[in-house]
Amino acid sequence: MNIAVLSGKGGTGKTTVSTNLALALKANYIDCDVEEPNGFLFIKPEVDTEEKVMVEYPVIDDNKCKSCGACVNVCQFNALAKVKDDIMLFQKLCHGCGACQIACKYKAITYGEREIGKIEKGTARDINCSRGILNISEPMAVPVIRELLKNLSDGINLIDCPPGTSCNVVNALKYADSAILVTEPSEFGLHDLKMAVELVKMYNIPFGIVINKDDGKDNIVKKYCMEEKIPLIGTIPYGKDTAVLYSKGGVLYDDLHHKEIFNQLSKAAKEVLSWN
Amino acid sequence: MELVVLSGKGGTGKTTIATALSELASDVIRIDCDVDAPNLYLFYKGKDIEKREFIGGKKAIIDETICTKCGKCESVCKFHAIENSIINPFTCEGCGACTLICPQNAIKLKDEKIADTFITELDKGIISRAEMGIGSDGSGKLITYLRKNGRRFNRDEKLTIIDGSPGIGCAVISSITGADAVLVVTEPTKSGLEDLMRVVALCEHFGVFTMVCINKYDINEDMSKEIEKFINEKELVLVGKIPYDDTVMKSINELKPITFYKDSIAEKAIENMWNNMQMCLH
Repeated sequence: MNIAVLSGKGGTGKTTVSTNLALALKANYIDCDVEEPNGFLFIKPEVDTEEKVMVEYPVIDDNKCKSCGACVNVCQFNALAKVKDDIMLFQKLCHGCGACQIACKYKAITYGEREIGKIEKGTARDINCSRGILNISEPMAVPVIRELLKNLSDGINLIDCPPGTSCNVVNALKYADSAILVTEPSEFGLHDLKMAVELVKMYNIPFGIVINKDDGKDNIVKKYCMEEKIPLIGTIPYGKDTAVLYSKGGVLYDDLHHKEIFNQLSKAAKEVLSWN
Repeated sequence: MELVVLSGKGGTGKTTIATALSELASDVIRIDCDVDAPNLYLFYKGKDIEKREFIGGKKAIIDETICTKCGKCESVCKFHAIENSIINPFTCEGCGACTLICPQNAIKLKDEKIADTFITELDKGIISRAEMGIGSDGSGKLITYLRKNGRRFNRDEKLTIIDGSPGIGCAVISSITGADAVLVVTEPTKSGLEDLMRVVALCEHFGVFTMVCINKYDINEDMSKEIEKFINEKELVLVGKIPYDDTVMKSINELKPITFYKDSIAEKAIENMWNNMQMCLH
């Protein structure tokens, strides 16, 4: 069972929900927000393995290359350019697709590898934790996400997704059997939640909503859930104590009052996302 | 002068602050580069004066009438986007490797519209913004275009304020490439600091002048001090410390910039910050 936790808007509480639910459910925690992975700051696992994430890029053999420019013409990402009689590569634009190698009539292109990030794995409180980290100045997060989710373990996996609704999230959602959408009761929260709902609907998987920083009122998000008939898994009330505990990197689940909230949420999630 | 508002971590207050600054500076070009969660325009009842389709890339399509299901395309696709001769449009990156290998010439690349772009006219100035197709990729290219599209309205070297995305990847890189200054909005939390460090490292890499403000600084003053220490060590400029203020949430829910609430303590701090920033920028 792979549960994706996403939100559309950033900073609504994806990491809070996924780390604490992982503890409540004794599930594996996977931090896919590889541009800014924060889950480990809270769960603090002991990292025991570290793997590099490599991507391929073309290496041109100058002895074989006739500078015909066929590779430049097929590259859809403008990663290759012909400058006088030389072919230049812009590594960070390259998707490693292999089109240039197919197009080269002189077999002048082979592939090299370079590191764009890493994956860390470890354990904390008997749960398995893993995360991807994108290296600074690398634009493409997708290869790191793909590598991180390639061999998910059995059992329950909580996938802490990046914000937004574009390629990073799409690649994380690909592995999900169900989804939890975290939002906050504000106009911005609702606006971006609607985008996330539209995305999840494309996957035909069960999903439900968690309202973080809830005001306890019949707010715009609750009205939206009713109107759209989207199950509300539960709420995390707004509270100064919650904000302070979070700011210090504390685990909410260690606090009795919050533990109760997350136990409730995990029970409700099981029903809404229908698994046992 | 192009100023980009970033944060690393999401939800620290980029849009609130970018909007407030654009109100205080009054005559500005606004660009919403947070194309995944574009909230800036919600503050304004503007009129869309231009709308265009934006082609962000390509997707492969197989002509089933010619395809012999030989499977060569599947074997060359590095993105595992082809299964049983069917292309998954979500994972296809539009590289065209399959089109080159297909012996039947049955695969073509088709332009992919990823967004509608808009120029929205306000009482004063414009917003260059986009509505991106859900699940699209190519946000980097789109952001480069949004900046260019806004520039057309900037005749007399006005200030351009760019509301950026969270993260440090292609969207952020496209927002800061060639920009003059960055304001990072952080919050006094462990995650806020960690993400600030990563976004600052990115700005350093690109050599952009970087200022920092701590939003909701009084939520955890010890953490704020830690952030200030980091700012000093990095020799960055701390231009503002904004207190927590319920009026900010009120302003979001009433869809009015915080600058309309003159008795708000957050508003006062942002005004003060804007004065500091002007000194840094001139």
